[in-house]
Amino acid sequence: MTRTALAGFALTLATPGLAVADSPGTDPLAYPGPAWSPYLVGALIGLLSMATFYFSDKPLGASTAYARLAGIVGKLFAPRHTESLKYYQDFKPKVDWEVMLVVGAVGGAFLAAWLCGELTGEWLPAMWTARFGEGSLALRLGVAFVGGGLMAFGARMAGGCTSGHGISGTMQLSVGSWVAVVSFFVGGIATALLMFRV
Amino acid sequence: MTMKDDLTATPTQVGTDQPELPIDKGGPDKDPPTDQSSTGKQLALGLLFGLTFGFLLQKGGVAKYHVLIGVLLLEDFTVIKVMLSAIVVGMIGVFGLYALGLVKLHIKPTRYAANILGGLMFGVGFAILSYCPGTGAAALGQGNFDALAGVLGLMAGSYLYAEASGMLGRTVLKWGDRGKLMLPELVRVTPAVFILVFASFLVFALVVLERFTIR
Repeated sequence: MTRTALAGFALTLATPGLAVADSPGTDPLAYPGPAWSPYLVGALIGLLSMATFYFSDKPLGASTAYARLAGIVGKLFAPRHTESLKYYQDFKPKVDWEVMLVVGAVGGAFLAAWLCGELTGEWLPAMWTARFGEGSLALRLGVAFVGGGLMAFGARMAGGCTSGHGISGTMQLSVGSWVAVVSFFVGGIATALLMFRV
Repeated sequence: MTMKDDLTATPTQVGTDQPELPIDKGGPDKDPPTDQSSTGKQLALGLLFGLTFGFLLQKGGVAKYHVLIGVLLLEDFTVIKVMLSAIVVGMIGVFGLYALGLVKLHIKPTRYAANILGGLMFGVGFAILSYCPGTGAAALGQGNFDALAGVLGLMAGSYLYAEASGMLGRTVLKWGDRGKLMLPELVRVTPAVFILVFASFLVFALVVLERFTIR
């Protein structure tokens, strides 16, 4: 055993919080679950969908909001080019109902976490750290950026995300939405297993 | 318009290759000419619905990194339970409101190649980021600051797609384009029958999940 390993072992003993045996590691079930029953939350999201159809003539959806925000930023730097793009002719770069929905979702989740003492205030999720180490902030931010980019490109091509296709499209019985959701999970499961179980 | 007239009506063009249901499936998949989604009232409603949505996502645990990666590792089924419950209630509720003439539908187009290729790409990104566009906003709200990098990535990827949208619109989006195809049309039954059978099946799937999964 090298000196570094010995020092690491001593440090582990001295600070039980860092001990590998005490860490939940990469078992997702060892971390806290939802505060409310997932069936109750799902049913309430179903009722919320009815409300958005009735009051706003809109299905729940999130990904288009990021595209509109990107278009607003694009217009600041290259207004004519941005407006010439096919996508932004169909979906104007502007603050609309869905942008407000996403902004609201940030606030709503803050309220829910704050009221019940579940605010995390962390740059690295614990299960990520258990797999990729304490010093992996740059890796996490880089990976999150690339992952977000792939996800947005895929969502735009597929026509929606886990909200727009996964909840609103599927409940309206759109064939494309069910095909897209199955594809989300096929791509996601393969990648997650490679990241955490190989 | 009564529920009986609307949801139990037989499909028109029976006998043709693809009978289309007498359902108003909504306009084309782009901003309508008279767009009401940026009026002060709708912006306020969007914010209110968003607050509710984010609150529920956080309470459902689906703003947590380990819950989202957990479903992709096939170990934590919280996400599936939330989604299927929302689909059952929303499906019955929204089609019920439609039958009463109270809401319009917004059926998403079916484009097999784009749904599959884009969907797979979305899935890979979903696993890498471990938040999706909606739950990422919720994750940021509850204090997972790494979601900020995800938000920037989502914006960058969206702009990149817009750059490619002209070319993709002429190619991938045309491959296997079936329009606003609905499941009841695919299996050739009326929506009312389909919803009844499908809702029962989804509830059964939830019972099985509850029985055989730890979480």
